[in-house]
Amino acid sequence: MLLKLCLSKSAKVSFMVLLSCTLASAAADDHAVSSYQPGRVGGRLVVAQRAEPKTLNPVVALEAVSREVISLITASLIDIDQQSFQPVAALAKSWTKSPDGKQLTVQLRHGLRFSDGYPFNADDVAFTFLVHEDESIHSPQRELLIVAGKPIVVTKLDAYTVRFDFAAPYSVGERLLAGIGILPRHLLEKSYQEHRLAQEWGLIAAPERVVGLGPFLLKEYVPGERLVLGKNPYYWKTDAQSVRLPYLDEIVFAFTASENAQVLRFLSGEADLIENLSPENFLALKAEEAHRGFRLFDVGPGLEYTFILFNQNDLGSGNASIQGKQEWFRRRAFRQAISAAVDRDAIVQLVYRGMASPIWAHVTEGNKPWFNDKLPRTPRSLTRARDLLRAEGFSWSSENRLLDPSKHEVSFSILTSAGNSQREKISTLVQDDLKQIGITASIVSLEFRSLTDRILNTYDYEAAVMTLASGDGDPNSEMNIWTLNGSTHLWNLAGKSAEGWEREIDQLMRRQLVSVSFEERRRLYGRVQELVAVNLPIICLASPHVLVGAARRVQNLHPSILRPYALSNADALFLEGPGGGR
Amino acid sequence: MSRAIRLVLAALWLATLHIGAIGAGFFSPSDYAEQNRSFPFAPPTRLHFVDPAGRFHVRPFVCRWSAHPGTVVYSEECDQPFPLQFFVTGARYRLFGMVQSHRHLFGVASPAHIYWMGTDDFGRDQFSRFLYGARLSLFSGLFACAISLTLGIIFGTLAGYYRRSADSVIMGTAELSLALPWLYLLLVVRALLPLSTSPSAVFLTVVAIIGIVGWARPARLIRNTVLTAGAREYVLLAKSFGGSDLHVLLTHIMPQIRPVAMTQAPLLIARYILAEVILSFLGLGVAEPTASWGTLLKSVQQYSILSSYWWMCLPASLLLPTIMSYMMISINRSQAEISPA
Repeated sequence: MLLKLCLSKSAKVSFMVLLSCTLASAAADDHAVSSYQPGRVGGRLVVAQRAEPKTLNPVVALEAVSREVISLITASLIDIDQQSFQPVAALAKSWTKSPDGKQLTVQLRHGLRFSDGYPFNADDVAFTFLVHEDESIHSPQRELLIVAGKPIVVTKLDAYTVRFDFAAPYSVGERLLAGIGILPRHLLEKSYQEHRLAQEWGLIAAPERVVGLGPFLLKEYVPGERLVLGKNPYYWKTDAQSVRLPYLDEIVFAFTASENAQVLRFLSGEADLIENLSPENFLALKAEEAHRGFRLFDVGPGLEYTFILFNQNDLGSGNASIQGKQEWFRRRAFRQAISAAVDRDAIVQLVYRGMASPIWAHVTEGNKPWFNDKLPRTPRSLTRARDLLRAEGFSWSSENRLLDPSKHEVSFSILTSAGNSQREKISTLVQDDLKQIGITASIVSLEFRSLTDRILNTYDYEAAVMTLASGDGDPNSEMNIWTLNGSTHLWNLAGKSAEGWEREIDQLMRRQLVSVSFEERRRLYGRVQELVAVNLPIICLASPHVLVGAARRVQNLHPSILRPYALSNADALFLEGPGGGR
Repeated sequence: MSRAIRLVLAALWLATLHIGAIGAGFFSPSDYAEQNRSFPFAPPTRLHFVDPAGRFHVRPFVCRWSAHPGTVVYSEECDQPFPLQFFVTGARYRLFGMVQSHRHLFGVASPAHIYWMGTDDFGRDQFSRFLYGARLSLFSGLFACAISLTLGIIFGTLAGYYRRSADSVIMGTAELSLALPWLYLLLVVRALLPLSTSPSAVFLTVVAIIGIVGWARPARLIRNTVLTAGAREYVLLAKSFGGSDLHVLLTHIMPQIRPVAMTQAPLLIARYILAEVILSFLGLGVAEPTASWGTLLKSVQQYSILSSYWWMCLPASLLLPTIMSYMMISINRSQAEISPA
């Protein structure tokens, strides 16, 4: 009573908030403890970023930049350990799989709260998966949540237990839960019912509407300039000394127009972190590393792979000129000859300045659990290329021009993305390599959207130099590329009747999906790599290293080859020194 | 420096450049597309007269570069001098686009190389690429200028001479042309061109489009000149005596237009050479491996190259006197018009 009398109205509100925070803190008995070295609270980390996110809505976000920011605002049931690639507990305290691999039961942490203070429970999990599986929402993750043609069934068993039922045994059910940020049902259910969910959490959304369980929350977005994330006061991780994470007060994504501007900003000390340095800039900065306040990390070959793609789509009655050339592109020996003629070592040395690995299939050395190290590393051989072509009936004119069996000169165009200097350089090297076996290749640099439109929609291209990057090391993340009806089955999107080896790859990928033994999956995926290396649906060339630059004051930094390369443990990053200045 | 000396210097520079461009095959020691993958970013070759033992050589010589494995760091190995040789045999080319030859003005014996301007990221000789690139860049300047000026003279004259509705329509279109975002237009055109179009045809199309959309500025100037000339008494007199429009235009108006066109031409050439550089900067220029000044300058936009390989800026440093020379000629022409003495 005395207390009630003494408190003014505003003080009462403050008191209630304080009380609820204290209770929340006390109730969060299931908080996770970070394994990173304890650090200092406070400070602002500035990340130099080339592109701006398009949205903060995890349900519709497609591109890597948006997903990176979203990963800091939201949290998943399970995370993938950046070093071991194994699933680790996040919002889920533990999980159990049924012996037949068709059921996964997840225990959630108790007492967790969203960044607006609202409690988290199984309803939020059920709501999140309901939204992702809804066909009308067009979530890019929906494809992964369909097993044996049926969506995963998510059942709330109690407030903190959720069961996932798969239509068929699912090899790595728990991995599916990684990367799907849990949504606040209390805020988004109404929008979902009114079919407005896809429009929620755009960049112009009010910061207090963007709520998650991640270490940070949206504070400010200035188009073309910066996006500022602030600390989530309800975050569910502490360090070993029971200090609530994250340490940083703010993360600022400072947008720059070009990679050069990004590097200059980093060099001047205006930015603390660059996550994707080019090899040229890495080397240029390396010369200054010893006497400047930054460190550079060469994490090794990432999951990204660059390749040559030939158009093998069924064009129907379309472009006769391309159809004529498809006679060559569909010959395995022709693709093998191209592969033999390309100087991968030169690509590694001249384009990536040694900071890449030559590859003969799509799985890179960096993906240690799945990399098939028994694949032959066929060295460049113009003689072998010529022999392969000769055996197929190709010949050479007096001017050393390659002629097909019908005596037509072999020439084609290679599309590349204008402004991407690495892919442009690779195209130039490939062009020169092919000239040595009598093939005239012309390079056509196109604006990126025009390029992807030709490859994915109109099929109006002959060959292209492209890059793909897996989001995860697990083979399941490549299902859309290697299965026959996959949305990124690039070389044959239009549905040409598949060859035997293509069907075998499709079956192997589907078998590994439902196999519960890691060894068996590894064997199956190893065979997929063999088939890719021999049949060359895409001619893999090189896998660049992941290169990161960071101010020395940034501590607990452990860059990895999984995205986000350096911010995966953003909750444990801290800044050293007074004010953290360089 | 007096006006005359500056003009002579400008003319000399442009003459040298044009001769170098026409005879690029002969003056360049290598083929512009020849890659030497063991020597990316090799610095310019040094010419020596004194060997490590202190002996003087009348005939200058070069040393071979040796690359440190896995790096782009080179050191000169002067244990064996490689004298500069003249009229050596090398890569085949067509002199003036007609005569096949493999004779080059200078060169050195293998394994040494001669790279006056160093090499690029593929180990291609920058000097050879500069000369070959000059062909394309100077030609694109001349070609686009010819289109712009011809269209400008035709439409400017029509607008200025016939006035009224012709003037309104033509000058209205000119205003529209000036407001046109031509870079986007080029992006669209490039995206729509069939892939089978040869790179040179693509480039010519792009340059022609720039020339066509650039007609408006010269047209405006010509129109004003024709308007002024048309009001002169001798022109009115010629008309009153029954002189046909064609006769009046050719005999009395054209002499007034000529100096304006002559002043505009060098300015337009300079402008279109720069346009080629911008196009290549945006990836719309000529395709690899063909050299142009624009493609040579493209790499310099990268911080890493700018900070590590100064010789990559050499083509840019030669672009500057070229543009200035054209400007100089234009200024000289306009000053000569003002004070003919």
